[in-house]
Amino acid sequence: MNTGIQARFHLGRGDFSLDVDLALPGRGITALFGHSGSGKTTCLRAMAGLERAPGGFFALGGEVWQDEARGIFVPPHRRPLGYVFQEASLFPHLSVGANLAFGLKRVAVAERPFELPAVAELLGIGHLLERPPGSLSGGERQRAAIARALLAAPRLLLMDEPLAALDLRRKLEILPYLERLHDELSIPVIYVSHAPDEVARLADHLVLLDGGRVVASGPLAETLARADLPPAFADDAGVVVEGILAAHEADNLSRLDFPGGSLRVGRRREAIGSRLRCRIHARDVSLALERPHASSILNILAADVTAVAATDTPGHVLVQMRVGPTPFLSRITERSRRELAIEPGRPVWAQVKAVALLA
Amino acid sequence: MTVADLGAVWLTLKLATTVTLLLLLIGTPMAWWLARTRSRLKGVVGAIVALPLVLPPTVLGFYLLVALGPRGPVGQLTEALGLGTLPFTFPGLVVASLLYSLPFVVQPLQNAFEAIPERLLEAAATLRAGPWDAFWSVAVPLARPGFLSGAILGFAHTVGEFGVVLMIGGNIPDRTRVVSVQIYDHVEALEYAQAHWLSGGMLAFSFLVLLALYTFVPQGGRMRS
Repeated sequence: MNTGIQARFHLGRGDFSLDVDLALPGRGITALFGHSGSGKTTCLRAMAGLERAPGGFFALGGEVWQDEARGIFVPPHRRPLGYVFQEASLFPHLSVGANLAFGLKRVAVAERPFELPAVAELLGIGHLLERPPGSLSGGERQRAAIARALLAAPRLLLMDEPLAALDLRRKLEILPYLERLHDELSIPVIYVSHAPDEVARLADHLVLLDGGRVVASGPLAETLARADLPPAFADDAGVVVEGILAAHEADNLSRLDFPGGSLRVGRRREAIGSRLRCRIHARDVSLALERPHASSILNILAADVTAVAATDTPGHVLVQMRVGPTPFLSRITERSRRELAIEPGRPVWAQVKAVALLA
Repeated sequence: MTVADLGAVWLTLKLATTVTLLLLLIGTPMAWWLARTRSRLKGVVGAIVALPLVLPPTVLGFYLLVALGPRGPVGQLTEALGLGTLPFTFPGLVVASLLYSLPFVVQPLQNAFEAIPERLLEAAATLRAGPWDAFWSVAVPLARPGFLSGAILGFAHTVGEFGVVLMIGGNIPDRTRVVSVQIYDHVEALEYAQAHWLSGGMLAFSFLVLLALYTFVPQGGRMRS
């Protein structure tokens, strides 16, 4: 039996049309990423059944929620899903606690996977249950909305830019809770976002949408490292490297080991052995043919070029390479590429100027 | 006050209560439909509901008299059903008042329903609440100001009607003679003292109703001006 998610939607709305055919993993966080107007939210709403796509198909782990060809359309309230809206959607006439209990009450006792106090604690809102939603901060409201969705015993959690309406501080306040969800829950999450950092930090699987079409879909690190994405995505290109904090070193540095090499980063507070993700922008990676000896750059890695592709900016190219099995991207000028004769198969030294740790 | 005055007061309260309860029953689904529909008929239905706001009560009363009378389509139906004809009876007054006060209940309710963000109803659906469940657990509590103001306005407006009552109900003691008609009778008979009692009572009642409306009902639930 298929344990993944299958979604096929064709929807036309005036100028805009959504045309997707997706097979997504049945676990972990899948990010639907794209610019505004790319169809992310419409796609998510179609998955929930809030938007009915004629001729659409949606199945979760072999359970069919929509198959118009066979006349099947399960209405949203009969689908075991959780949905977190972009704006706060707590019921203003109910206390936070009653909001959390809203979905829970409608689920048979035997099917309830969580207790209300445990979920409230997981999201750090246990002390707010008596309060009216209007008295909560934006971040607290979104955490309550997430808790409410989880308590409705979802087998699929859909999140529509849950952080978009929040300022940076509130965002940073919620992200750790989302990471905890990721670590502690086994249900698949589909997460709509247009913020690359959120995606890099949270997602396991990435779907890139552009103009209502799927541009790429695959595991996060590999998809981000693709050199053949449309130029619109190549401008902000970069890879995500997941490593293990291996050692703390002198001079306030820490060493992060990843398959194929290691990176020096500023001293981390996490325990040795912690898993850390970092994002390396293609524009922060330069290339050399010989190992630079006198350089202020700490992270110099031996790599093999795997592909070269054009970007949106004239005169610039995107170089894809591998450090061991781990893909990296570098953005250099066409002139440098020609003068260094960089082409697939060529060994190079990648100098990494900046590593952004995502935690 | 005379026994006839008390009879008129009692009849008025009975009429207004009956009409208000029936209007909440009929008006709620109408207001919900008007607030949520994308149908082209929305404009037509909305205009028909609002008609009593602009029509002279005598016009409404006249057409009702014709329609409900023994030769009218509704009158022939009620006669065929063995109910007799409705003009000059209490049920006739109720039917006329329902039409006459309809916009005063439907519009506040419609405004209150329209003020509920679609997102909240969608959120209810994703939390396993079916349409009926979501209506009762989300829409009705959120539209509470609309229900309050609809009920108050419907009741008060029915108490205050005169023209329609005169046309369709006539002036039969204890059956169709309501306070407003009784006042008219007193004035016709130059019984100003008695007219004062009832008129003063109506004035105080109307003021208290509006005071309650403007004090206790939040902004969102009031009538569109």
